[in-house]
Amino acid sequence: MRFIFKTDYNQDIRLFQHGGQMFWYGLLGLVLLAAPFIVSGYVLSQLHFICIYAIVGLGLMLLVGYTGQISLGHAAFLGVGAYTEALLQGAGVPFVVSICCAALFAAIVGVIVGLPALRLKGVYLAIATLAFNVIVEEIITRWDSVTGGSQGKSLKAIELFGWRLSSGESFYYLSLALAALSCLALINLLRSPTGRAFVAIRDSEISASCLGINLARYKTLSFALSAALTGIGGALYAHKVGFISPEQFTLIQSIELVTIVIIGGVGSLHGAVLGAAFIILLPQALSIAKDWLPESIPQAGLQSVVFGLILVGFIIFEPYGLYGRWLKIRTYFDVFPFYRRGTFRRQRGYLRSERLR
Amino acid sequence: MTFFAVENLGVRFGGVVAVDGVSFAVRQGEVYTIIGPNGAGKTTIFNLIGLIYPPSSGRILFEGRAVTGAPHHVAERGIARTFQNIELFEHATVLQNLLIGRHRHRVTSLFDELLFLPSVRRAEIAQREAVERVIDLLDLAHYRDSLVAGLPYGVRKVVELGRALATEPKLLLLDEPSSGLNPDETDDMAFWIEDIQKELGVTVLMVEHDMNLVSRVSTRVLALNEGRVIAEGTPEQVQSHPAVIEAYLGGGA
Repeated sequence: MRFIFKTDYNQDIRLFQHGGQMFWYGLLGLVLLAAPFIVSGYVLSQLHFICIYAIVGLGLMLLVGYTGQISLGHAAFLGVGAYTEALLQGAGVPFVVSICCAALFAAIVGVIVGLPALRLKGVYLAIATLAFNVIVEEIITRWDSVTGGSQGKSLKAIELFGWRLSSGESFYYLSLALAALSCLALINLLRSPTGRAFVAIRDSEISASCLGINLARYKTLSFALSAALTGIGGALYAHKVGFISPEQFTLIQSIELVTIVIIGGVGSLHGAVLGAAFIILLPQALSIAKDWLPESIPQAGLQSVVFGLILVGFIIFEPYGLYGRWLKIRTYFDVFPFYRRGTFRRQRGYLRSERLR
Repeated sequence: MTFFAVENLGVRFGGVVAVDGVSFAVRQGEVYTIIGPNGAGKTTIFNLIGLIYPPSSGRILFEGRAVTGAPHHVAERGIARTFQNIELFEHATVLQNLLIGRHRHRVTSLFDELLFLPSVRRAEIAQREAVERVIDLLDLAHYRDSLVAGLPYGVRKVVELGRALATEPKLLLLDEPSSGLNPDETDDMAFWIEDIQKELGVTVLMVEHDMNLVSRVSTRVLALNEGRVIAEGTPEQVQSHPAVIEAYLGGGA
């Protein structure tokens, strides 16, 4: 087991707590950079999706896992980002500008959705964001002249500084770089006052406001940042699939995004990435499993059932998600043979009587 | 100029008059304690001062200006509080809790923070130095990096006091600082309240039931019953006041 003896405030602040972490993350980085030379084109294509969903997962994690606001409407932000990118590319705007616009426009929509969040909590907020998702989906479907309606819209390959990213490798490096930057931006945010204000709002709104945190401002900010990241993810998604239509941004998609956060582990950035990988790899695993399953099990709808069961299973048996499970396994080996089942059990919460209405 | 004053403060919840025309003034540098039986309206007064509920009547003055707006405006004026039932940020470490207390002293902007510029690093180190003074004062170094969720009740109480002190308040509101503490911990709490008043020069407004603690640290005491002021004066004067004795023990049968 490792004990860190702190002698300097920078030790609290720096990215890697100890040399071991630096080594393992460095190794992960190298493997990811080398991936296009190792894996096949099909696997690389799955890695594209993992990067894109990781960006979206990080955005949603900031909102759900760190600010404590639920959203069942994130597919709408994904759609806003995707359509902004498609329209701007169609108008000949360079990619660097258009992806920034996708993020910015999604953030503006995020602020608008964030406004009711100032008054709503929990399940009511979930319903409001769900309604927002349905509204955006309808707008995209009906506004033929701009969005192409249910005919959808096609996108060309990204052109970056006159260099066409048509190959899987170049698109992979772009998505990987954006995912890594998003991750770094959130780590930076979470070790500064703004990130701590989000955590404060999640854990106790009344205390947060009594310490000078402007609830309205920070909740809206969280919605905006979360939507911006989702918008970036949406723009990449649009390029990845090459064709977007309203049925890609439905409520089911929103639920899938929330699943990333819950399966990954609420309240950890690792969780967002692990959850994204899980949700992309599960359908692959299922399609392999299909060959082994008896004929009597119907193929259609199997995926939704398995997704649902896994989600319920995680909520009941591992509320801290994949990352929580990983922490437990690591601690087991760290303290072997002294690990007890109760090690991670939370102490009972003390009575909280004072609440904002 | 009065340092802090409450004038004719009142609030009704439906038909219940929880606080009824309460006025008092706190002088700079004193420890002013509000006592009263359960349901007298003590915590409600704190919540009115913190603007958590809007008052039905009256006003609150701090350093010559009315206290208005939202709860975070109160904090920005330099008024910090603790809660009777502890409202800490459970899934954060003690250090993070105290740093959140520094929120009103933040100097960095969102974009600096996203890039974690050197200015943000310097500001973070400065905030930690400020928090370290509180950690030293309250002997919290041992728990610095522990999650609040795993701490015993007595320590949480101290962390909450520390978080309020980290805001560098001019006026500190303590809602039953000794509730749930054993006699040793209560004794420590009394020392700290004295230190806060004498060494840090912070004015303390406190709600408290433990009369030993009250007489030890208070400069003046206000007794409430059923939302009304029944006595004010030194701890001895208030304790021997007939209306106070009647409120606590009931009238002679």
